[in-house]
Amino acid sequence: MVTTFHYLLLGAALFTIGVIGVLTRRNIMIILMSIELMMNAVNINLIAFSNRLQQVTGQVFAIFVITVAAAEAAVGLGIVIAMFKNKETMNINEIDLMKW
Amino acid sequence: MLELILFYTFGAIAVISGILVITRHNVVHSAAFLGATLFAVAGIFLTLHAEFVAGVQVIVYVGGILVLFVFVIMLIAVERSVHERQYNKQWTIALITSAILIVEIAYGLYRGRDSLVLPAVVPPAAAAAGGNSEQVGTALYTSYLLPFEIASILLLVAIVGAVVLSKKRTPAEE
Amino acid sequence: MSEYLTSSDFMILMIKIIVIFGGVMGALVYLTWIERKVMARVQMRPGPTRVGPFGLLQPIADGLKFLFKEDVVPANANRFLYIAAPVVSLIPALLSFSVIPFGPWLQVTDLSVGLLFIFAITSLGVYGIVLGGWASNSKYPLMGAMRSSAQMISYELSLTLSVVGVLMIANTLSLNQLVMSQQRTWLGFIPRWNIFLQPVAFLIYVVSAVAETNRLPFDLAESEQELVAGWHTEYSSLKFAMFMLAEYANMVTVSALATIMFFGGWSGPLVGPHWLKAALPTFWFVSKIFLFIFFYVLLRSTIPRFRYDQLMNFGWKVLLPLSLANILATSFVVAIS
Repeated sequence: MVTTFHYLLLGAALFTIGVIGVLTRRNIMIILMSIELMMNAVNINLIAFSNRLQQVTGQVFAIFVITVAAAEAAVGLGIVIAMFKNKETMNINEIDLMKW
Repeated sequence: MLELILFYTFGAIAVISGILVITRHNVVHSAAFLGATLFAVAGIFLTLHAEFVAGVQVIVYVGGILVLFVFVIMLIAVERSVHERQYNKQWTIALITSAILIVEIAYGLYRGRDSLVLPAVVPPAAAAAGGNSEQVGTALYTSYLLPFEIASILLLVAIVGAVVLSKKRTPAEE
Repeated sequence: MSEYLTSSDFMILMIKIIVIFGGVMGALVYLTWIERKVMARVQMRPGPTRVGPFGLLQPIADGLKFLFKEDVVPANANRFLYIAAPVVSLIPALLSFSVIPFGPWLQVTDLSVGLLFIFAITSLGVYGIVLGGWASNSKYPLMGAMRSSAQMISYELSLTLSVVGVLMIANTLSLNQLVMSQQRTWLGFIPRWNIFLQPVAFLIYVVSAVAETNRLPFDLAESEQELVAGWHTEYSSLKFAMFMLAEYANMVTVSALATIMFFGGWSGPLVGPHWLKAALPTFWFVSKIFLFIFFYVLLRSTIPRFRYDQLMNFGWKVLLPLSLANILATSFVVAIS
């Protein structure tokens, strides 16, 4: 029998994968993708609870999260393109102008 | 039974492709596996009777956001980054952080497991109150109207931001 | 579960799947013949005539040829994605037929979010093109893939938004109920089809649908004269055939959607004996789709290709505002009445 617990475990696993991706990778595209993974993990939890509590609120929130993800991807990819024009790299360790 | 099979299939696809996303050297492969993950998550939504969100997930995420990713990847050269070192030096911090995160989540789930092991029930009243899309639409345009409008402003800001960031600079500006 | 596998419900479902899938695949193959023949007539040529009467066996000969051709994989290609790309483009194209109502009963499944399902599934088609173009590791395919991804994202917006007006009138996302909502008539003989209520939406839909399926005058993704064949330059044999099939399947899907949303789907006059009444809806539906396909082919043979900047300007500066204005106007009318 599939319970809410199962879905929360799946969400936790995906979220952890996303966190590890953000913390360890150097390629900015993969970091952005890991952030998408984390947002999906959150959405799984929201919808699992929406189903558990028989309320549609969780689904509405999931739609907002997807909206934010779209905005984030648009701005993030804009930054990537601007960055690539300046430094010809996708490696975040080389983006250190603001470092002191 | 069918529910269980579906959950484990989609869950396994999501987790395995998720791991492949963050371990592949080639960014295009990562993007392809991210597509698989997003698709599997849409399947998970379907098993939770959230048809509308599943549709939105595929249309917006797989059909929109991920295409943008792939588009940008093709726009900027990928060949060089394949042969670079893929992981940064902070893996110890990463390991500690994720270990803490896992412990935290495990503790939270352990504390709340009694309330969570009950399977979610689908009362017939929910089905009678109109389909899933109608329910989501009603909630979105009544109780959550203000957040909805704010989200639209956020999208507008994001559009302007993306255009400004990626547009070509004229010589006068430089 | 094992009881279900032997029940009559399951048998009926299987028969429906076989009939629809077989019919669609056969139709797709013969669309190539229709296209060649119609285009030839427009250009005052005879078209295929050698294989069988009126060249009717030509598609079968073509299929055999595809089957026996050498399957070339370029040396520098990314093997996995190169092989996956045709599959990725064909499967979504065929999946969308599972919710299209070919008649009141001839539908595999009537999803409550059928329209959403079709848009979700067709939005995946771009991956076949993008991955195929990228994996070929060659100049023209990459350019074709980039053009096509930009084009498909741009026109998908107006395609989806053009439908919203129809949805507001019909109040449903299920394709069968969309058809049902157009059953009534005005004055007893004018069918109450959505095209009369939403003419602007229909125009936007048709233009974006042509762009979405990468057909002339919007076929910048493959434009033979500039990019050889665009994203499938490097493909040969069955993989090429799969791309072609996917293109025709997408064409049929958007035509079927246009029929369902704007032309009353399978509705039409029912006359004659019992068996004819059962078969006529499917006949009406297929003939309406055929009219759209005919229109597609005529477009291809008469209108020259857009330039890339014209295409982008048209999509973002004309079609998108127009579809938004249409939604606004429709919602006003719906709110008042």
